[in-house]
Amino acid sequence: MGRTGILLETDNGEIKESNYGMITAARGAGDTEMYGFLIGGEAASCKEAVQKYGICRVVEITSDAGDLATRPEKQTDALIAAMKNYDIRFLVGLSSSRGRDLMARVAAKLDAPLAVDCIDLNLEDQIVTKSHFSGKTLARLKLCGDMLICGVRPNAVEPQEAPCEADAEVFAAQVKDDGRMVVTEAKGSAAGQVELTEANIIITGGRPIGSAENFSLLNECANLLGAAVGASRAAVDAGYAPHSMQVGQTGKTVSPKLYIACGLSGSVQHFAGMKTAKIIVAINTDKHAPIFGKSDYGILGDLFEIVPALTEALKDQTSQ
Amino acid sequence: MQIYVCVKHVPDTAANIKVTGDAAFDESVKFVMNPYDEYGVEEAIRIVNKNGGEVVVVTVGKETAVNTIRSALAMGAARGILVKTETQFLDSSLTGLALQRAIREDGAPDLIFTGKQSVDSEGSQTHYRLAQAFDMPVATEVVALELKDDRAVVEREIGGGVKEVIEMQTPCVIGATKGLNEPRYPKLPDILKAKKKEIKLIDMADLGIDLSAGHTEILELESVPERGEAKMLSGSPREIAAQLVTVMKEETVI
Repeated sequence: MGRTGILLETDNGEIKESNYGMITAARGAGDTEMYGFLIGGEAASCKEAVQKYGICRVVEITSDAGDLATRPEKQTDALIAAMKNYDIRFLVGLSSSRGRDLMARVAAKLDAPLAVDCIDLNLEDQIVTKSHFSGKTLARLKLCGDMLICGVRPNAVEPQEAPCEADAEVFAAQVKDDGRMVVTEAKGSAAGQVELTEANIIITGGRPIGSAENFSLLNECANLLGAAVGASRAAVDAGYAPHSMQVGQTGKTVSPKLYIACGLSGSVQHFAGMKTAKIIVAINTDKHAPIFGKSDYGILGDLFEIVPALTEALKDQTSQ
Repeated sequence: MQIYVCVKHVPDTAANIKVTGDAAFDESVKFVMNPYDEYGVEEAIRIVNKNGGEVVVVTVGKETAVNTIRSALAMGAARGILVKTETQFLDSSLTGLALQRAIREDGAPDLIFTGKQSVDSEGSQTHYRLAQAFDMPVATEVVALELKDDRAVVEREIGGGVKEVIEMQTPCVIGATKGLNEPRYPKLPDILKAKKKEIKLIDMADLGIDLSAGHTEILELESVPERGEAKMLSGSPREIAAQLVTVMKEETVI
C-alpha cells in the first residue's frame, strides 16, 4: 500500500512521548513500511526509542546548505526531497504547532491533500477522522492524491508497541535557500513547563481563581502530577493567565487522559477544546453549573479547599 | 499599502451543530465572521490607518457570506469581494486558488491576512495554499507583527509559552490569532456606512478553476455525544481528594 514517512519530533534531542501514539495511528494494521524522519536530532540515538513502535528506518535529514532549524522553507524542501528519495506515499506527523506548520508547507508545495488534528487514520482506504466545529462534530474525510499528509492530535491514540530492528542513516538534502524567511529568535523559555497539548494531565483554572498569583495553587498540584496548567477564556480575559495557557475554542485543543476543571462553568466553547479528554473532573461551587452535566466526575466544592487537599493527598502518596 | 484580508463566514462558536445527513448540518444557526479572521481585519485596518492605503476583504462562500464582509466593512475595511460557491465546505486547495485569483484580478497585494484556521472545518491550511499560489512566504499563529521596509517581523506561538520570531519578505501571508490585537466593535454609524460600501461578486465558475481538482471529500459528519451527568464525589475536601487519587490510579495517570 505504499511507504509511510513519520515526521518525528524531538525535545532536547530526545524523541517526544507524544510521537508513539501518532506512530501507532499511522501503523494501522501494519501493512505499511514506516520510515522515521528527523529534522534536528540524531538518527542513531533516536533509533532505539522508535523501533519499538515499528519504525524500520530512521532517517536524519540534513542539508549541506547549513542550518535547517531556522529556515522553514528550506526544511520543507529538504523533507520533500527525502519523501521523493524514499518513495514515500503517506506522511504522518503530530498536529503540534511545529508539525502543523511543516506539514501544511509540504502539502501546499506538493499540492497534496492534508488533514490535521486527526484522531483516527485508515491510510489503506485513505480515510481519516478529524474534528470539525472544534470537536462538536467529527468528520470522516476521504483524501485523494498520490501523496497524503496527516497530522495526528497528540494523545488521541493510545501507543501500542510493535518492535522491529531499525536502521539509521543520514540523508543530505540538496536545497537552496533564498533567505526570504528566517527564524531569528525564540522568546520565552519552555523550561519546567509541560506543553498543554501534549500533557497527560491538565488542571485548568476558571475565573473564580481570582488572580494570577492564585494559579500557584494549581501549579503546585500540577508539579506533583507532572501536569500542565491551563486557563479558561474568562480567566485569560481577566488577565489572570497568558493566552498561551487558554484551553478552548480560541485557545488550545487538548486531549489528556485526565482533565481537572477548577471553577469552570462548562461553556460550549471550552468543551470544544477539551472534550476528547478521557476523564473530566469538574470542581465547582455552583451545583447548577452546566459542567456537572457533561463530566465524568463532579465535586461540589470550593477549588481553594479541594485543590490544596488534593496536593496534600498527592504528597502523602509520593512519601509512601 | 494595499492589504487583502481573507475571511470566512462560519457558524457562531456558541451554536449547536445539528448533523442533518451524511455531510450536511443545519445551517439555520447564527453565522459570524470566523473569530481568528477578526484579528486579521483589525491588524490590516490599524496598518492602513497609520500608513495609508486600502483594506479589501475577500471571502469564498455562499451568498449569505456577504454578511461577514459587511461586518469587516463596518470595522473599517474599504470594500469587499465575494467569490460565490454553493457549499460551506470547499476543498482548501480550491479555496486557496480562488482567493488568489480573486485578489490577483483586483490588485497587487502588499500584505495578505487570514485567520490561523476556520472554526468550522478547521483545516488550518488555506493560507499556506494561498501563499503557494502567490509564491509568497507565510507564517501562522501570529501574535505580533512589525513592518520594516520590505520585511515583516512576526512573532508566532509555538507552544509551551515559547514564541518564535520570524523575519520574512513582503508581500507575505499572515495567519492571525488571538493576541495579535483586540478587534474593535463597530459603532452604529460605521455599520450604516458599511451598507454603502462596494462588494464585488464573482462567480466561482468564472475564475477558471477546475472544481473537480480538490483533494478531500467529506464522507460523513457525526455529532460527538456529550457525556452524561457527572458522578458526584462527596465528603470532606480530604475525603474527596482521596477519592480523586483513587480515580487517578484506576486511570493509571499516577
